Amino acid sequence: MLDKADGQIFTGNVRLVHAVGMHARPAVKLTKLAKKFQAQISVRVAGAAEWINAKSVVKIMAMRAAHGSTIEIRASGSDAEVAVAALVDLIASDFPDGA
Amino acid sequence: MQGGATGLAYRGRTASIGFAHGPFVRVDADTNGERVAGNLAEEALALRAAIDTASGQIADLAGIAGGEAAQILEFQVALLEDEDFIEAIFTSIGEGDAADVAWRSALDTQIADYNSAADEYLKARSSDLADLRDRVINILRGGEGHALKIPSGAVVCADDLPPSRFLEIDWTSGGGLALLRGSPTSHVAMLARARGIPMVVQLGAIPDIGATALLDGEGATLELDPSAEQVRLFESRRESHRKSRASARAILRRPTASWRGERIKLFINIQGVDDLEHADAQYADGIGLMRTEFLLTGGGGLPDEQTQFQAYDAVLRWADRRPVTIRTFDAGGDKPVPGFTLDGEANPFLGVRGLRLCLARPEIFAIQLRALARAAVRGNLKVMFPMVTSADELEAGRKLFAEVVRNLQADGIAAMLPELGIMVEVPAAALAIASFKSAFFSIGSNDLAQYVLACDRSNGALAPLMDPLHPAVLELIARTAAHGRRAAVSVSLCGDMASDPRCLPALLNCGLRELSVNASALAQIKQAIDRLSSGGSLG
Repeated sequence: MLDKADGQIFTGNVRLVHAVGMHARPAVKLTKLAKKFQAQISVRVAGAAEWINAKSVVKIMAMRAAHGSTIEIRASGSDAEVAVAALVDLIASDFPDGA
Repeated sequence: MQGGATGLAYRGRTASIGFAHGPFVRVDADTNGERVAGNLAEEALALRAAIDTASGQIADLAGIAGGEAAQILEFQVALLEDEDFIEAIFTSIGEGDAADVAWRSALDTQIADYNSAADEYLKARSSDLADLRDRVINILRGGEGHALKIPSGAVVCADDLPPSRFLEIDWTSGGGLALLRGSPTSHVAMLARARGIPMVVQLGAIPDIGATALLDGEGATLELDPSAEQVRLFESRRESHRKSRASARAILRRPTASWRGERIKLFINIQGVDDLEHADAQYADGIGLMRTEFLLTGGGGLPDEQTQFQAYDAVLRWADRRPVTIRTFDAGGDKPVPGFTLDGEANPFLGVRGLRLCLARPEIFAIQLRALARAAVRGNLKVMFPMVTSADELEAGRKLFAEVVRNLQADGIAAMLPELGIMVEVPAAALAIASFKSAFFSIGSNDLAQYVLACDRSNGALAPLMDPLHPAVLELIARTAAHGRRAAVSVSLCGDMASDPRCLPALLNCGLRELSVNASALAQIKQAIDRLSSGGSLG
C-alpha cells in the first residue's frame, strides 16, 4: 500500500473501518502515535484539498472523516517510511487498545 | 410556587431522590468576575501555568475515574497537548489578547463547530470541551489548587454539570445538585443516583443570590434562603421520607411480597457484577435483567469468551439457586459500540440494534453465546434476546445458540442450552405475542413506551408526552400478561416503570406478578405492594 513518491516523501492510504469514524478515541490514538515520530506527517480524507497535521488532535477531529472513507497519509523526514506504515496499520486494525 | 417574603422556590424535574439542606453554591465559571490581565509575557506565562495545572488535575481525575470516564478525559489531555492548537492561542496573546480571552475564544470556536455538526457523537464531545474551557479559566481566575472549592453538604447549582466536575466534588458529607438545565437521563444523573445524592434538573432561570438552600429531590423543588416555616416543612418531608425508607427496609426482610393473595416476585436489574454489592440486592427473588453492555465498553475491545464467562459465572454463583436472566448484547440505538455497531444510521433507534445487530454480526454473537452456554450448567440461567420484532429472529438466535452448544459439547466442554426468552419492547412483538415460542417474556417498558408513543426517550422536550401510563402502553402490557397466563409462560417487566411506585397499581392491574427493579428501589416497591395489599394508598 506504500509507494515512494520522490526520495523524501512517503505516502500510504487506508480505509477507515472504525464504526463511528474519526472520533475522539481514534483521533487521540492517531495523534499519540504520530507524535512518536520525528517525521512531518500529514493526513487527509482522500480527495480533500487540504493536508492536515497528523499530530494535531483538534485538526484530526475537524477533518470529520466518516466510517468507510479513505485516509491518505504523507510523511517526510528520517523515520517517515516507518511512520506511514505504523499509521496505516493503526487505522487498518481499527485502533486496537494498547496501540 | 413562587414566594415573596418566604424565600424563593423553584420547581424542576427529579433526577435523583433525596433531601439536602445546606449552603447554596453556584459553580458557573461565568459568574466569577473578571480577572485583571498582565502584560504580554505575564499573560503567556499565566496560560502556560494554567494549562499545566489543568493537565495535572485531569490526569488525577482519570486515575480515580477509570474506564469510560478516563477515555473522555484522555481527549481533554490530548487537546492540551495539541501544539498547533495551543500555539495559535499564544499567538493571539502575543497580539494583545488577555490569556482568558484568547483561551475562551479558541475553545468557543471549537465548541460552536462541534455543536453545528449533524453527528451526535461530535455534539456530545462539545460538553467535554466546555468542561476543559471552564477548568482552565477557573485556574486563570485564581482557583490555583483544585478548581472547585465546595463547602461540605452544599447544594451545588450549575447550568449543567459535566461528569468530571461531579467527580471532583466531595459528596461524602451529603449535599445535592440543582441544575438549571440538565436531564434525568444524563451521565451525571446516573452518578448522582448511584451515590444517593439528591438531584433536580431543569429548574430554569434562578437569580444568582441565596446563601442557603433546601433541595427536595422527591418533590423536585429548590428553595432559596428559606423562612423558618419553609425549613420546618422541608424537615418534616425529609423525616417522613426517612421513616418511609426505614419501614420499607423492615418490609424488605420479609420473605415474600403478595397482593390479593398472589405472590409477587421481585427481581433486580443489574448493569454489571458490581451492582450485586448493593445492600438490598440479597433480598431479591433473583436477577430479572443482567445487562451485558458493560462488557463491551470496559476497554480492551470486545470481550473474549473467558472474560464473559467469568462475569456470568460470578452472578450465577451469587444467585445460588435463584434464577438469573441475562440479556444478550443490546448495542445500537443510543448505545453505540465501536467495532460492533453500525455507523451513519439516520435513525439508530429504528436501526440495526439489539438482536438485529447480533444476528448481523454472528462472529461476535457466537462468542457471547458460547460463554452463556458454558455458564448455563453452573446455575439457574435464562437468556433473553433484546429488540425482537418477529418470531423468525428468535428462531435464528435459537439455531445459532444450539449450534454453539453442539460444538462445545463435541469438544468435551460442559455446556447446555438455557431457557430462551425475549424482551417485549417492539410494539409488533407485543401485538403478535402468541407467535413467539418463548420460554418467558420480559417487558422492556422504556423502549416499548418510546416506540408506542413515538417519543425519543432522550428528548427532554417530549417529557410530558412520554407517559408510560398512557392507555396504549398499558394495553400492550396487559395483552402480554394475559397471553402469559393463558400459555403458562412467565411474564415480567424490567423497565423504569417497575421501579416507580406510582406505576405499581397499574402494573398489578394489568396482570403482572413479576417485576424487576433497581436494587435501590427494591425496598420501596416491596413496601408499596404491602400498602396496596393492606388496602392503603401509596401516600
